Formats: sequence, structure tokens, C-alpha cells
Amino acid sequence: MSGGRILGIYAVLYLIFLYAPIVLLPIFAFNDATIIAFPLSGFSTRWFEALWGNAALGDAVGNSLFIAAMTAILSTLLGICAARAGAMADFPGKSGILGFVMLPLVLPEIIIAVSLLIVLRQVLDMQLSNWTVIAAHTLLCTPFSIAILNGAFQNLDPSIEEGAMDLGESRWGAFCSVVLPLVMPGIVSSLLIAFTISLDEFIIAFFLTGSNPTMPVYIWGLLRFPQQLPVVMALGTILVALSIVLLAIAEFYRRRGLARAGLKDSGGFL
Amino acid sequence: MLIAPPLVYALLLLALPLCAVVLFSFWTQDFMEVDTAFTLQNYREIWDSPVYLLLLQRSVFVSGMVTLVTVTLAYPVAYYISFNVAPAKKSMWIFLITIPFWTSYLIRVFLWKVILGYNGVVNSGLVGLGIIDEPLSFLLYNVNAVIITLAHAFAPFAILPIFVALEKIDRSLLEASRDLGEGRIRTFLRVTLPLSMPGLVAAVLIVFIPTIGDYVTPELMGGAGGKLIANMIQTQFLQLNNAPLGAALALVAMVCVTAIALVFIVLNRRWLRRQV
Repeated sequence: MSGGRILGIYAVLYLIFLYAPIVLLPIFAFNDATIIAFPLSGFSTRWFEALWGNAALGDAVGNSLFIAAMTAILSTLLGICAARAGAMADFPGKSGILGFVMLPLVLPEIIIAVSLLIVLRQVLDMQLSNWTVIAAHTLLCTPFSIAILNGAFQNLDPSIEEGAMDLGESRWGAFCSVVLPLVMPGIVSSLLIAFTISLDEFIIAFFLTGSNPTMPVYIWGLLRFPQQLPVVMALGTILVALSIVLLAIAEFYRRRGLARAGLKDSGGFL
Repeated sequence: MLIAPPLVYALLLLALPLCAVVLFSFWTQDFMEVDTAFTLQNYREIWDSPVYLLLLQRSVFVSGMVTLVTVTLAYPVAYYISFNVAPAKKSMWIFLITIPFWTSYLIRVFLWKVILGYNGVVNSGLVGLGIIDEPLSFLLYNVNAVIITLAHAFAPFAILPIFVALEKIDRSLLEASRDLGEGRIRTFLRVTLPLSMPGLVAAVLIVFIPTIGDYVTPELMGGAGGKLIANMIQTQFLQLNNAPLGAALALVAMVCVTAIALVFIVLNRRWLRRQV
């Protein structure tokens, strides 16, 4: 067997390892038993039905959707600023500043959570709310937005924008009518990725949620009660399906953006 | 200036809070009030306590093992995608690898409990095949279970930077090496590996440093003997209401991993220089 074949088999095994937990999710979500273990007992949709009438879960989902939407908008706006600045002429301290803005990517999340908790509770004496989670999630998601938008902005030919300005558009007008449509796929992709990260984030949200839990914080509470676990499986199945749809759309827009800029796809969000 | 909004945001919500953490770590909790007299008491308490040191040691060990396992397992996959997969299919592979990473982290960790548990997938499989009579109880609730789960969670973080670095390698260099009589393995060791080193280093950093801050996996998978420093930090803040000690613990953990990461980078640079 050639080296390439062996590597190929290994890569497929690796994918199976990556997907193993996710494949189990729908199996137990449709399993007609309270205990999450083999052997399976029979097909049932009752765990999904149990989700429907759950008001506490509904509230948590509502909170999470609001937080994720606001985070997506804010981090994408900040990402546009940073990516645009990064694509423009050098200014003093450029690489240092851009590096600092990307720092949350390599910082342990607990450090972000702890430092914001200290400032909000002990220094400012503020009440924790959805907005405190949004503030933290925006910090966390901005580097991802910048990474995605960097691709969109750096591939832009500056002469297109200069051309628009030569033809009488103002700087802002040229940005809106020429640059924005070209980077729009990157913006959509950034919105979706930030939304997905925020919707799923637990470590920071657990420190910073007020009296209204986000969905992951609510799930964390459920994990302690064995009889609730099949419901968690059902919820997880829906979430995974939703994430895959969102990511597929994000990937579609990212590729379209690359195609618009006339570039070869080098793969990956990061 | 366009860079101002993200910079100001990061200064206000990252730099300033980090300074507050440093400041707090030199203060003490006095029942409900924080005593703002400067003191090294928190650090002394960490240094004198066998519990904190043990947790710290274990956390650094777990982070190190997770990094080693993740990067070692990830490198061949990144290599395969970059060198063996047809260019048109590469982004599909990368997309497939990133999908599991974006799906509910808590539930993914919990599912590892289902896989490794007493009545879990592995045990029922092995019992069903007649390989073992009794389910194995050492799979779950220990440090190994924590390492497996974290290695799974951080897989894409390791694959992506290595893949990007491999993609940048000029393929004619590899041909040149082969033409000059080097074998496959020596070409890999002397050309491909050193040239992909920036990606490998990025992968190590992006796995090693953040894993120290995870308290979900040790809480669910670690049992009594598998708790890590992040669990203690969380307890100090949210249950014991001792923010200053928690701040000191968080800083010590952070400084430990950063220092180890820096040593790794320096050693790596030296190794690379010897290769030239």
C-alpha cells in the first residue's frame, strides 16, 4: 500500500473520531428510554414533544438568540473596522495593535470571564444581564470576524475604489456603492460565524449571565438531572442541525466572496 | 482612524479588566468587603497549599498532553489534505473537519461521557463482542478521560494552522530535495517539517494556552481525581466569593502556560536554526 493510501485511511478514521459523539446525538434523542445507554429500546419522538411546552427553555433560547444576534452585529462592525484598517496603508504600531485585538483568540476563556466579572461586579457594581454577556461575547467573536473579513478586504483591488472616487463618488459613497457589495459575502459569513460561536458559548456566559440563563447555561443545569438527559439529547440534535445549516450558508457566502474577488479557494474559516 | 473602535473596545474590555485582575490578586477578601491593602497573601497561600500546587501541576500536565495528542494526531490529517487531496476537494475536507467544532460544546463533552461511561458505547461494544465480561470502570472519571475529550474538542484548532502552513510550501522545493537524492522520509524531516513549523507552533499555542481555562470537561469527565485549576478558579469566584484569591490563581495559571509556551518557542527557533 502506498503512503498516500495509508494517510487517506487514517484521515477517514480521524473524521469518524471527530463525528462519533455527534452521530450518537440523534440516536439517543429518538430512543424511547430515560437512560442514555445501549441497548436501545425503541423509536420515540416524545423527547422532542417535551421540549415544546418547556417555558424555561423557551426563555433561555430567546435570551441566547438575542445575545447571539447582537454579538454578531457588534463583532462584525468591529471586524469591518479592523479588517479595513489592516488592508490600508501602514500606520505606526499597526501589527502590534492588530495583534492585540486578536489576543482573545489565544487567551483562556476563563481569564476573559474572570476579568470582566471583577470589573463589572466589584469595580462598577453593575447588575449582570444579557448585555454583560453580549459585551464579553463581542470581545471573543471579534477576532473570528476579523480573520474572515481580512480575507474579504485584503483581496480587494484598491484601484476599483479609487476609480469610483475619480468618477465623483465621495469616500463614503465609494465605500457604500463599490466596496461594501464586494465584501458583502465576507460580512454575511462573519455574522453567521459570530452568531454560532455566541449561541454555543458557555464558559464565559456562566460567569456573566444575570438572572436569565442563556441556553448553554440552562443545558448545564439540566445535565445534573439524569431524567432530563434525553430532553438534552433532543435539544442537542436540533442545535447541531441548526449549526450545520448556518455554517453551510456561511461557507457558501465565503466561497462566493472569494469567487467574486477572483481568487482560488484556500479553505477554512481561520 | 478606523482601527480606533476595535482598539478602544479591546482596551476597555480586555486590557483594563486584566489590569483589574492583577490589582485584585494583591488584595484580600474580608468577608463581604475587599480589603485594598497591598499584600502578597494570596500568592503565599497558593505557594503554601498542596491542593493548589497539585491542581496547577495536573492542569499543566493535562494541557501539555492534550497539545501533544492533538497536534500529533492532527499533523498527518493536515498533511493528507494538503498533499494528497485534489485541490477542488480541499475546502470540503476543511469544512467537514470544522463542523463538529461549531456544534454545542457542552453536549459534545457530555456525549463523551456516554461513549466512555460504565454502560457506554465502548463498554457495551466490548461486552457485546465478548472481549470483556464486566464493563471497564477506568474509562471515565479520570485524567485520561479529560485528555481524550479535550483532544477531541481542540482538533480543528490544530489542523487549520498546520494545513495553512503546509499549503504555503513551494512544491518545487520538495522536488529539488528528491532530485538531489534525498529519500521520502529525509525530505519530510529536512524540508517539509521545518517549513511547516510556523503552523505547528501556532497549533501548539492555540491548543496549549486555552486548554488551561476549561472547567467544563474536568467537571463532567474528571471525577474527583480529575479536577483542574480552572475548576478551583470557578469555585473561588462563584461559590466561595473570594475574587482576590481566584484572580491570583487565574494569573498564576496564565503565567505558567505562557512561560512554558515561550520556552517552547525559543527551543523551536534554536532547532530550526540548526536545520539550516
